[in-house]
Amino acid sequence: MKKTYSIEVDCANCANLMEEATKKTAGVANATVNFMTQKMIVEFEDGQDAKAVMKNVLKACKKVEPDCEIEL
Amino acid sequence: MKKKQKITLYRIIITAVMLVVLQFLPITGIPRLIAYLAAYLVIGYDILRKAGKGILNGRAFDENFLMALATLGAFFLAIWTKSGDYLEGIAVMLFYQIGELFQSYAVGKSRKNISALMDIRPDYANIEKDGKLEQVDPDEVAVGSIIVVQPGEKVPLDGVVESGNASLNTSALTGESLPRDVKEGDEIISGCINLNGVLKIRTTKEFGESTVSKILDLVENASSRKSRSEAFISRFAKIYTPAVCISAVLLGIAVPLLRMAFGMDAAWVDWIYRALTFLVVSCPCALVISIPLSFFAGIGGASHEGVLIKGSNYLEALSDAKIVVFDKTGTLTQGVFEVTAVHHNTMDEAKLLEYAALAECASSHPISKSLQKAYGKEIDRSRVTDIEEVSGKGITAKVDGHEVLAGNAKLMALHNIPYNDCHSVGTIIHMSIDGEYAGHIVISDVIKPHSKEAIQKLKHAGVEKTVMLTGDAKRVADQVAKELGIDEVRSELLPGDKVNEVEKLIQNKPKKANLAFVGDGINDAPVLTRADIGIAMGAMGSDAAIEAADVVLMDDDPMQIAKAIKISRKCIGIVKQNIVFSLIVKFGCLALTAFGLANMWAAIFADVGVMIIAVLNAIRALKYKK
Repeated sequence: MKKTYSIEVDCANCANLMEEATKKTAGVANATVNFMTQKMIVEFEDGQDAKAVMKNVLKACKKVEPDCEIEL
Repeated sequence: MKKKQKITLYRIIITAVMLVVLQFLPITGIPRLIAYLAAYLVIGYDILRKAGKGILNGRAFDENFLMALATLGAFFLAIWTKSGDYLEGIAVMLFYQIGELFQSYAVGKSRKNISALMDIRPDYANIEKDGKLEQVDPDEVAVGSIIVVQPGEKVPLDGVVESGNASLNTSALTGESLPRDVKEGDEIISGCINLNGVLKIRTTKEFGESTVSKILDLVENASSRKSRSEAFISRFAKIYTPAVCISAVLLGIAVPLLRMAFGMDAAWVDWIYRALTFLVVSCPCALVISIPLSFFAGIGGASHEGVLIKGSNYLEALSDAKIVVFDKTGTLTQGVFEVTAVHHNTMDEAKLLEYAALAECASSHPISKSLQKAYGKEIDRSRVTDIEEVSGKGITAKVDGHEVLAGNAKLMALHNIPYNDCHSVGTIIHMSIDGEYAGHIVISDVIKPHSKEAIQKLKHAGVEKTVMLTGDAKRVADQVAKELGIDEVRSELLPGDKVNEVEKLIQNKPKKANLAFVGDGINDAPVLTRADIGIAMGAMGSDAAIEAADVVLMDDDPMQIAKAIKISRKCIGIVKQNIVFSLIVKFGCLALTAFGLANMWAAIFADVGVMIIAVLNAIRALKYKK
C-alpha cells in the first residue's frame, strides 16, 4: 500500500535525512521524500496500519529535523 | 515570503544594524562581550536550539551543531586571546542565515514558477441549468454530462463536441503554438483553451481520469523518481560532513600535538581557528539543494514544451541517448494512406480518380477511403451499380454504364488486361475501363513534414545511430529510410520481432550509450518497456501509451524527440556544472584553510556564494531556447 503525505521541510539535505529515517522505521517498505514538491510517498509493508506507522515516522523525522512537519 | 522567512529577514536586519552600531560604540571588556553575545543570540538562537536538540537525539554531526560549534568557538578564541574581535562569529552566523533565507526563497519561487508553467488545471466547468450557465467543480461533473465552454475558457474535461466549432489553443499541453480546429463530433481533451466559438461538450471521462489530471499527476510525481546524480549526492552528503569534522579534529588537536612532539611551538590558537573554519564549510547544502532543483526545473520546463518526462532518472537516461530506434508507421510517417501519384494513360487524371473513387465507394478499406479523400467531392452512389469485391484482388463495378476494374496486378491478369508495372513505392491500384487499361494510382503512407529535419536535429544533438523498424515491405522501408537519412532499417517485421530487434541492438551497444525507442504507443508497448527509454508520441488522450512510456510527447511531431534530448542534455549539464563547481569551491576552501590562507570570512563567503550561484544555475534548467 502506498500513501502520499504533504510535508514541510526547509532544507534539501534534511529531506534526504527524513527519507533515510522513514525507510528505517518499522512497517515501512520504502519511502521517497520529494523536496521540491514537499511530498512524502510511503510504501507500507503488508498488513501494517498506516496511521500507527506514520506516528513513528513522524517521531523519527522530528529526530533528524526538529522543524519538519508531516500532515497526517 | 512566508512568515518564517520574514522573521529570518527581520533577524538579519536587526543583527546587521546592531553590528554597525557596535562598531562605533566605545565599550570594552565584559559589557562589550555581552552586547555582541546579544547580537549573536538574535541571529543564531534557532541554530543553537536545533543543535541542542540534535545532541539530545544523538546526532552530533548535525550541521546546526557544527555551525554552533564554529561560531561559539570563534567567540571563545576571541575571549582567550583577549583580542575582543567578536565580529567574526556573528558574521558567520549572519551570512549563513542570509544563505538559508535566499535558498528557501529561491526554491519557493521556482516551485511557484514551475507550477505556473503547468497551469492547466481548470477551476470550474459550466453546466447549463434552466437556460442559465452554472459553474461547478470539474470533480462533480458526471460522465455523459453536457458542459459549455466559452471563448477564453479552459476545457475542463475530456469529451466529444456535441455542437459548435472553435479553434483551440493546445500550447499548454503540446507546446505547439498553432491552434487546432474542432467541430461537431470531434474528440476534445481537457486543458486546451477555447479561443473563439462556444462549444457544447458531452464528457466522456471523470475529472480524475481526464487528460489534465493525468498530466498533472505525472509531472508532479516525476521528481520523486530519483536520478543517479541525486543518489550520488545524498551518499556524498552522508560522508562529507563527518569527513570534514574528522579533518577538523585532526587539524585542531592532532597537528598542534604533533608540533609539540617535534619540539615546535604548538600554536594552539592558530590551529583551532583553522579547525573551526573547516566546520563553517561542513554543510553540504549547496550541493544537495541544487540537484533536485535542477531536475525539477528541467522536468517542469520540458512539460511546458509538451514533453512529459516521467522521472528524474529518465531525464538522466535520455541525456545519454546515443541510439534512437523508430517505429515507422505513425512515428515518421502519418500512418494514413494518401494518393501520392496518378499515372494515367489517355484519360484525364481527375477523371481516372473519379472512376476509382466511385468504384470503391462501398468499401471502408483504408485504401478506398484514401481514394475517396483524393477525389474530394461528394460521391453520387446512384452512378455505381453491380459492385463486386474480388477478394485479395480488387473491385469490379459499373460506373455510368462503363465497366470499371480497380485492383492489383492480379486483377488485371485475371481479366487478361495488359498493364504497366509501376516503379513507385506504395500500393498500386491498376484501373481498366471497358476492358482498356487506363493507368494506375499510387497510394502510400506519407512521411511527416518534419521527419527529415527531425533526424538531422537528432544527429546534431549527438545521437550516433538511428534505426527504423517496420512491418512494411523492404522496398518501401528502404526508400523511406533513404529519404530521411536513417542509418539502419529492419523491415518486414512481425510485431513480436520488434522486441527481438531492440533486444539485439541493446546487446550490441556500447555500455554508456542508451537506446531510445520511439513509437506511437498503440501496439508497441512491449518495445517501449524494453528499451532504455521508451518514448511515446502523439499520446494526447492515449492512456496505454502514457502508461508504457518513460517519456511522453504530447504532439506527434518528430521534432519533439530532438527537443526532449536537448532539454535533458541541458539539465544534466547544469547538474554536472553544479556538482563540479561546488566541489571545487568547497575543497579549494578547505585546502586554503588548512594552509592558513583563508579565514572564517572567506569560508562563509565561499559557502554561501557557491550555494547562491548553484541555485541560480539550477533555475536555468527551466528555460528551453528554441
